[in-house]
Amino acid sequence: MNAPPVTQDARTETSGDKVGSGAGLLPQTWFGGPIPWVIAILIALVVIAAAGGLSFRNLAENARADLSGAVTVQIAEADPQVRTAQAEAAGDALAGHPLVTSVRIVPEAELIELLEPWLGSAASSEDVPIPALIDVELTRRADRQELAQLQLALDRALEPLGGSARVDAQSEWLRPVYDALAALQYLALALIALVGFATAAAVWLAARSAFANHRDTVEIIHLLGGTDAQVTRIFQRSVLRDAVFGGIIGLLLGLGAVWLLGQQFAALDSGMVAGGGLGWVDWVVIAAIPLGGVLLALITGRITIGLALKAML
Amino acid sequence: MVKFDNVGLRYGADAEVLSDLSFTLFPGSFYFLTGASGAGKTSLLKLLYLAQRPSRGSIRMFGKDMITLPRQRLPDFRRRLGVVFQNFRLVPHLSAFDNVALPLRLAGTNEAKVVKAVSDMLEWVGLSHRAQAIPATMSGGEQQRVAIARAVIARPQILIADEPTGNVDPEMALKLLRLFEALNNRVGTTVIVATHDVHLLKKVPDSLIMRLAKGRLSDPTGALRYPPAPKPKIKTKSTGPRPLPEDPR
Repeated sequence: MNAPPVTQDARTETSGDKVGSGAGLLPQTWFGGPIPWVIAILIALVVIAAAGGLSFRNLAENARADLSGAVTVQIAEADPQVRTAQAEAAGDALAGHPLVTSVRIVPEAELIELLEPWLGSAASSEDVPIPALIDVELTRRADRQELAQLQLALDRALEPLGGSARVDAQSEWLRPVYDALAALQYLALALIALVGFATAAAVWLAARSAFANHRDTVEIIHLLGGTDAQVTRIFQRSVLRDAVFGGIIGLLLGLGAVWLLGQQFAALDSGMVAGGGLGWVDWVVIAAIPLGGVLLALITGRITIGLALKAML
Repeated sequence: MVKFDNVGLRYGADAEVLSDLSFTLFPGSFYFLTGASGAGKTSLLKLLYLAQRPSRGSIRMFGKDMITLPRQRLPDFRRRLGVVFQNFRLVPHLSAFDNVALPLRLAGTNEAKVVKAVSDMLEWVGLSHRAQAIPATMSGGEQQRVAIARAVIARPQILIADEPTGNVDPEMALKLLRLFEALNNRVGTTVIVATHDVHLLKKVPDSLIMRLAKGRLSDPTGALRYPPAPKPKIKTKSTGPRPLPEDPR
């Protein structure tokens, strides 16, 4: 038999078209459809939500770390001299307590300075009695029982002087703020879950639509002896391409939005807001979001095509 | 090779389109399936090329029960079949070359062998010059030949053709029939050709005829139940069809 009449060019063109990899069996539409862009938008939303959630977590953790190991002792006594004596007795009692690392009796001048914006000149007059405040640093975050023991130690120290003191854990003051931050974190998590669900739904719809559009080709492949795995690979390839494109674009869009928001918050120059900055681990988590999106899209695509194939003989 | 026993087929809740089909297809035989339009020829072929499962009865192919065979094992059996569909069913965006190559690639054949085998096969059906053409740019006759080349490229044990001469002129129809005959005689492929063209039946003298009418098969001579007489060996003649290309496997 003579040599095959197909030209060298034709061989080159066809040699890369392997069914095993799924190339060429479906017409390639380079990001012409809406799905890559839908995935991009959804990934961008996840990036923003994740960055927000991580930021809130950092904010809460930093604030808690700053405040959880400290308490304020307040001594309310109208007589300045008695108040000073009681404050010194309380300071001595606290200094000897094993849970305490440092004690600072806040100078009256400092207290007046703090109150002046609200009370004006009345803050420095004798008409308005100002309680004595003692800042106490603890070795660690104290639980309720340990705070009660601290209170008992103070009561015993002040009993001879006929006074009393109140122990306020600073973290307790900020409990509503922590609760709000925790709620925002849960909100971010819920948003991520919803967007993940929306991504899966978008891929599911796209895969079903692609399968319906190419059903005839799938049937031909089946009738020529193609396996479900071969057909699935063909569609997986398409899903992978769309998801990678959407993931990269979405990450860039999301990072842009996060950077802009970061600039806006940084301009507030607030100490508390500064505690919400993102660390390198956070950035790694954010960078991994498109990978998660691609994985989710691949799994969804595989399940969708697998179910559609099972409905065929 | 293929044994149908009391097979019936219905689509949904409709009446049976095929009823009480019992026959045996013997290896190396040439069958014509005839019948008027709507007699059930295509439905019977669908059962044969495993695109459909019957509503009742039993089908055995290559010694296996096709009714209870898990669907994931069907590809192994489909690869032993070659099918020329009535409307060709070429993959529209693939070239003639890639359409013909499809069964080999699905079977995981080495790409170098695929290129050689497809090139030979396209030459065999006279379409070497159209190797890179996509179906939309090809005539009906060219598409038909691509479909036939695709059906026979992997040397099927059974070749099933649904009205393969329906879209070509009488000269081309005869040529295609000679290709099927060559496959049957030289390779031993069992051939089943569905046609409503009664003139075609006389062109293959040793063929067996299956007549379908209203979904029932008539077999007055029992030819479909008993093995046919062995065929005389075909001698190579200079006037006969060109030899088939080499087996790619």
